[in-house]
Amino acid sequence: MDFSWTDEQQMLLESTRRFVADHYDWARRRQIIASAEGRSAPVWQQFAELGLLGLNVPEAEGGLDGGPIGTMLVSQALGAALVVEPYLSSAVLATRAIAKLASQQQRSAWLPRLASGELVAIVAHDEPGTRHNYSAIDTRATLSGDSWTLSGQKAVVYHAPLADLLLVSARVGDGREWGLFAVPRDSPGIRLQSFTTVDAQRAADIELDNVSLPAGARVGGDVAADLPAVLDYGLTALCAEALGALDTLLAMTIEYARTRVQFGVPIGRFQALQHRMADMLTQVEQARSMAYLAASRCESPSEAERSAALSGAKVVIGRAARFVGQQAVQLHGGMGVTDELAVSHYFKRLLAFELRFGSTEAHLERYGAYL
Amino acid sequence: MNLNYTQEQLRFRDEVRAFLKAELPQDIRARLLKGGYAGPEDVRRWQRILHARGWGATSWPVEFGGTGWTRVEQYLFELECAVAGAPAQLPFGVKMVAPVLMRFGSPAQQQYFLPRIRSGEDWWCQGYSEPGAGSDLASLKTQAVRAGDHYIVNGQKAWNTMGQYADWMFCLVRTDAAAKPQRGISFLLIDMKSPGITVKPTVLLDGTPEVNEIWFENVKVPVANRVGEENQGWTYAKFLLGHERTSIAGVGTSRRELARLKDIAARELREGRPLLEDPRFRARLAQVEIDLNALEITNLRVISADEKKGAPGPEASILKVRGTEILQAISELLVEAVGVRALAFAAPPGGLPGPAYAQGLAAQYLNLRKLSIFGGSNEIQKNIISQMILGL
Repeated sequence: MDFSWTDEQQMLLESTRRFVADHYDWARRRQIIASAEGRSAPVWQQFAELGLLGLNVPEAEGGLDGGPIGTMLVSQALGAALVVEPYLSSAVLATRAIAKLASQQQRSAWLPRLASGELVAIVAHDEPGTRHNYSAIDTRATLSGDSWTLSGQKAVVYHAPLADLLLVSARVGDGREWGLFAVPRDSPGIRLQSFTTVDAQRAADIELDNVSLPAGARVGGDVAADLPAVLDYGLTALCAEALGALDTLLAMTIEYARTRVQFGVPIGRFQALQHRMADMLTQVEQARSMAYLAASRCESPSEAERSAALSGAKVVIGRAARFVGQQAVQLHGGMGVTDELAVSHYFKRLLAFELRFGSTEAHLERYGAYL
Repeated sequence: MNLNYTQEQLRFRDEVRAFLKAELPQDIRARLLKGGYAGPEDVRRWQRILHARGWGATSWPVEFGGTGWTRVEQYLFELECAVAGAPAQLPFGVKMVAPVLMRFGSPAQQQYFLPRIRSGEDWWCQGYSEPGAGSDLASLKTQAVRAGDHYIVNGQKAWNTMGQYADWMFCLVRTDAAAKPQRGISFLLIDMKSPGITVKPTVLLDGTPEVNEIWFENVKVPVANRVGEENQGWTYAKFLLGHERTSIAGVGTSRRELARLKDIAARELREGRPLLEDPRFRARLAQVEIDLNALEITNLRVISADEKKGAPGPEASILKVRGTEILQAISELLVEAVGVRALAFAAPPGGLPGPAYAQGLAAQYLNLRKLSIFGGSNEIQKNIISQMILGL
């Protein structure tokens, strides 16, 4: 039982925090969101230089092999500043998928370019009807001769409009087998309907209409068992992002309560508000515990153990996200519902957390299956 | 970060489990696992068994006959005991007055009382709350007036837990009525056999006389039984409340009750199917188990931080609030699991119809409302969190 970080992990956390403080302040973030692409190429390059993009690349292949704990610490620091770059989508999910599932040839083609920032990739799994039930996908891949044909729809895929490479999941053969396919975003037959999400990130619905791919586009074999583990790994990072956002939001709220004066005293002197903030802290600390648990168990080969940790984390952090988000807005009063203050932006990011990767209810059900 | 126990900790846990398997009396275990209460005889018997093993006061330093265990080992010991159905040790001696005596007591007090606490020879109770001094403890009025080498104590204590069995009480009394409330309090050790003490049980909502009102009428207490200095009692009282809170979250008890809840939910039927398979009940069960998992890790985080700092911090208040909320939630689900059957409450022995597992569930639910009230009400804990942690 040990809750400390290694020196390397501590350095990673601090360098990410420092980078965010120095290069990703609120004004910069607003500029990036307002830009055409909704991301910053220079920031991405700096991520690469800090080693953040190679965090999920094995050491033997030039990466840092930071594992789930390193990923958690970086994600926490990025979440604390509401970074909108495709870190989770590309450097965690897609990189992890390739590192875990791809052939040697594919790995050497993609991993160095992902780590250097040259390539942005995403995993497209959710579909209009899945509600993030991992196994409810309906996109089809059929093999004829030497080429695959993909047809189907993917829904609310974060960072798809900025990605060079889409890793698309699909049913293969009789449908029990799953395949993952590397699809260049500009392939014929791909149509993206792009939009900005409620938490100011770029995303798209993807339509695949008889997209033709070479046989070598398939990543791994049957990924029905392995892809959920990759998605769980991404969920771990998402949980850490949310934890970072919760920490900042709580700190902002406490600071506001200390300085906002009404009836001649700071509003933080009122017991009704003190107890609310005590409840907020309590939930944030439970969220932290579960983010740690998720990072510790997300690589477990046991589906039951992984579900207990990941779904448990999603439930606890999801509830904290809603409670702390709503109360932070409430305690900021009228200022809480303005666009000007960061509070409302944290609130929106936490709303996105709740809904992404399966709702609280869905994860209660997944947890309950192993009771 | 590593959330697994070390090999050494696992070996330690195995040792505790083996001890519990061999030494925890079967009749006590069976009764407690079914939700029964531990009576005073159970508590005394278990304390003797622990003492024989050298575990009568595991949290104490070695020089006072403790074990020198780490806080994680201490936590594991208490967790395993609770899960196995062992009676909770009486906290008033081992965990409350003893650390005060070690830190502030005279050598004579230490030599006399500590061994008797460890062996279970003396049963201790707490004289803190009064009818007019609950959360605002410093407003207490029980008075001690110096008369030669004695104090003469007059007043009334309330919410005294299991004092009807007690040999001794540690008691806060006012020794300077003119001083500020916190400055005029002294900490006395009172022999419960002293003339002038009247103990009257207060029947609680579950029908049990768990607490008492206690009157003092010209009770003579030797000055030698004052701990530390006169009028410094508040310092000792606060030390006591801040001490030894590794198990304040009650994770072991909640684990035990959750196992019972699952067992009952598997036997109860709803439209011919086990209640456990009902999606709504299952979701609520999942929620409370997840909350408990989160609390367990928070508990271990707090313990690890305490171990490094060498002293418990205000984070224990978070554990108290969540721990009591979770155990209360489990007790609610237990009642709901058996539904209307829980209403069959009292009958001559053996006279209650229905499954044995349904008996006592309502009483337990009622009794456990106390959790969020005693030991510093949850509202007081939130005051502590907002002031000591959030700095508001």
